[in-house]
Amino acid sequence: MKELFPLKQVNGYIFSLLLTVVALSVYFFDMSFAMGLTILVVTAFIQAGVQLVVFMHAGESEDKGGIYVHTIYGVVLALLTILGSLLAMIWGYMF
Amino acid sequence: MDFFDRFTIPPHDDPMLYASIVAIGLVSIAIVLGVTYFKKWGYLWSEWLTTVDHKRIGIMYIISALLMLFRGGADAVMMRLQTAVPDNSFLDAQHYNEVFTTHGVVMIFFMAMAFIIGMMNFVVPLQIGARDVAFPRLNALSFWLYFAGAMLFNISFVVGGSPDAGWTNYYPLAGTEFSEHVGVNYYNWALQISGIGTLMTGINFIATIMKMRAPGMTLMKMPMFTWSALITNLIIVFAFPVLTIALLMGTLDRQFFTNFFTTGDGGMDMMWANLFWIWGHPEVYILILPAFGIYSQIIATFSQRNLYGYKSMVASMVIISLLSFMVWVHHFFTMGQGAVANSIFSITTMAIAVPTGIKIFNWLLTMWKGKIRFTTPMMYSVAFIPLFTIGGVTGVMLAIASADYQYHNTMFLVAHFHNVIIPGVVFAMIAGLIYYWPKMFGFLLNERIGKWAFWNIVIGFCLSFFPMYITGLNGQARRMYTYSEASGFGPLSMVSFFGALLLAIGFVLIVYNVYYSFRYAPRNVGDDPWNARSLEWATHNPVPEYNFAITPNVNSSEAFWDYKKNGHDLFKGEIKDIHMPNNSGWSIIFAGIFFVFAFCFVFHVWVGVIIAFAGIIGCLLYRSFEKDDGHHIHKEEIEETEKKFGGAK
Ligand code: HEM
Ligand SMILES: [Cu+2]
Repeated sequence: MKELFPLKQVNGYIFSLLLTVVALSVYFFDMSFAMGLTILVVTAFIQAGVQLVVFMHAGESEDKGGIYVHTIYGVVLALLTILGSLLAMIWGYMF
Repeated sequence: MDFFDRFTIPPHDDPMLYASIVAIGLVSIAIVLGVTYFKKWGYLWSEWLTTVDHKRIGIMYIISALLMLFRGGADAVMMRLQTAVPDNSFLDAQHYNEVFTTHGVVMIFFMAMAFIIGMMNFVVPLQIGARDVAFPRLNALSFWLYFAGAMLFNISFVVGGSPDAGWTNYYPLAGTEFSEHVGVNYYNWALQISGIGTLMTGINFIATIMKMRAPGMTLMKMPMFTWSALITNLIIVFAFPVLTIALLMGTLDRQFFTNFFTTGDGGMDMMWANLFWIWGHPEVYILILPAFGIYSQIIATFSQRNLYGYKSMVASMVIISLLSFMVWVHHFFTMGQGAVANSIFSITTMAIAVPTGIKIFNWLLTMWKGKIRFTTPMMYSVAFIPLFTIGGVTGVMLAIASADYQYHNTMFLVAHFHNVIIPGVVFAMIAGLIYYWPKMFGFLLNERIGKWAFWNIVIGFCLSFFPMYITGLNGQARRMYTYSEASGFGPLSMVSFFGALLLAIGFVLIVYNVYYSFRYAPRNVGDDPWNARSLEWATHNPVPEYNFAITPNVNSSEAFWDYKKNGHDLFKGEIKDIHMPNNSGWSIIFAGIFFVFAFCFVFHVWVGVIIAFAGIIGCLLYRSFEKDDGHHIHKEEIEETEKKFGGAK
């Protein structure tokens, strides 16, 4: 019975609900813009990670190495693109 | 009549336009009549239009690419004719704008992209010993979406008017304020649907290469073209979503009054340029990497040596894939950001020339001490090396941000990118087509005509584009429909025009060669006409539907060579039933509905948009509930086929 019970998924579900609540709190509590955005960004990234690992089963197959490499590659490229755009469109005009 | 007014073209009173409308009409009627007369509708439908076979899809991509090459080529000759002499009036300014825009879009999206994807379709599954790609139906859909996009774009100049804001389509020029008519809507939608097709190809081929390699073929034992295809598709998957979103934002701006790229109301017009090049620079590597892959195959075969520095080839492609996402700002050094930002992107741009240079040395060292056979594909590859190097060197010149203030948007830039794209991509695709021709159709193209075409193309290229380096440095701006006699650009522009004519003759010779060889070439060329090395040559010519009767057992990146020379046992086991996917008309219907959807969207015909959208959803639902288990080719049938080819392999 124990093997059949998807403990990991249930925990994951509760955890992602919790993350949603934390994110939602930004709306209900009075806080600075920077603070609110930080909370949103951090919870969003954790949320995405939870979804990927728990519900999309990354890391459960033989080629998990490849999956993580691709994911990290994608995240790195996304960050480069965003930082590069900021550099070209905003910071570039300040220096 | 108001409703129909929008479909007419802005006043042109240009006899050439009407001539081309009539020509299009006549050709379409001729095709329909021809197919009907020879009773080929059934054959066309069941064997080609509904096919999910990667080889046939590849061939259809390549045929479309060649058609588009001629469409774009006609544009090019028109432009060079207009600029051949000073103060010419063959094309007016508006018409010239439409022609260079169409030329750029057609050549990049519908010619070069289709050609490389066609090559990957045909070659990759054979090189990895697979029966098809991972998702054959999706593959057919990719092709038909691309085709729908290409057709949508190509009707623009007869229905409603062509886009005229350049293939880079910069805002605010491309916004409704300065481009009122539907041209840019066409641009947005044609690229949107074909881009979605490309994105699906990217996913499909990554899955295919990661999951469907023959036993024994580890990543480092893949033939070089497959490596280049893997990296290319990786770049596609990361780059194309940016284009999709940028096009969507442009559409929202133009058709729903948002303000992403407008100059007022908080819009950022240069954001389009930024997003376009975030996709655009990786795009140039999407084009060039498969070309590098093809050259690697051809140079190894005709030098009769294994590829020098396999590992460094792979490493440099991986590095290129990462760096290609870090250089895009070099396309707008002059936008106004300061020295810090420009310096950073200047350095990354120069860095990307290093892995590219490594590959050049690898090819040279492969040929070094090789026993070179100068077949037509090899001649293109040998011509590629010095010509592409010149393109690379001028690229590094452009990468010097401060100097780029001088070169930017002059003919120097135009010379640079044609110098990398024609000897790089176009030569590779022609060479690859000639090289793989026997695999596709079972006979060789005539070498003598092929060499005539080659010399026309190479000399035509040099005459056409090298003068632009000079006029560019002398200050001739790109995209100008005419210039004065006093500017002194006249003589060199005439040379350019002459070169363009030679190029055109070269391409016509290639088509003539296809016709000539189809009629007269001997059919008994055997399975290995080039004495080749990699796995795709281990099956028959032309390739049977199931590719390999027995799944090959691979030991190196040159498995076929080892099988021929070193006694490697490539085909262990015996012939069994083979499971294959079924053909289906779903893809072409789906893409057809997409075409209607986009066409209605271009013209704000909302009823049509809604109906077509319902059709799209219907197709998706149908596919979700469809049961399709494929079919088996039986053992006896395979043995029969293999016997016809003279024994199983
Ligand atoms: C050695 C590597 C290369 C370097 C350093 C390089 C550098 C550059 C730079 C700095 C520009 C922008 C110049 C300007 O706008 O003023 C440019 C434009 C361009 N390059 Fe390259 N490039 C390289 C290779 C390639 C390759 C391999 C391709 C295509 C296969 C390519 C295609 C293009 C295109 C299409 C444009 C301009 C398009 C336009 O503005 O319409 N380049 N290159
Ligand atoms: Cu670039």
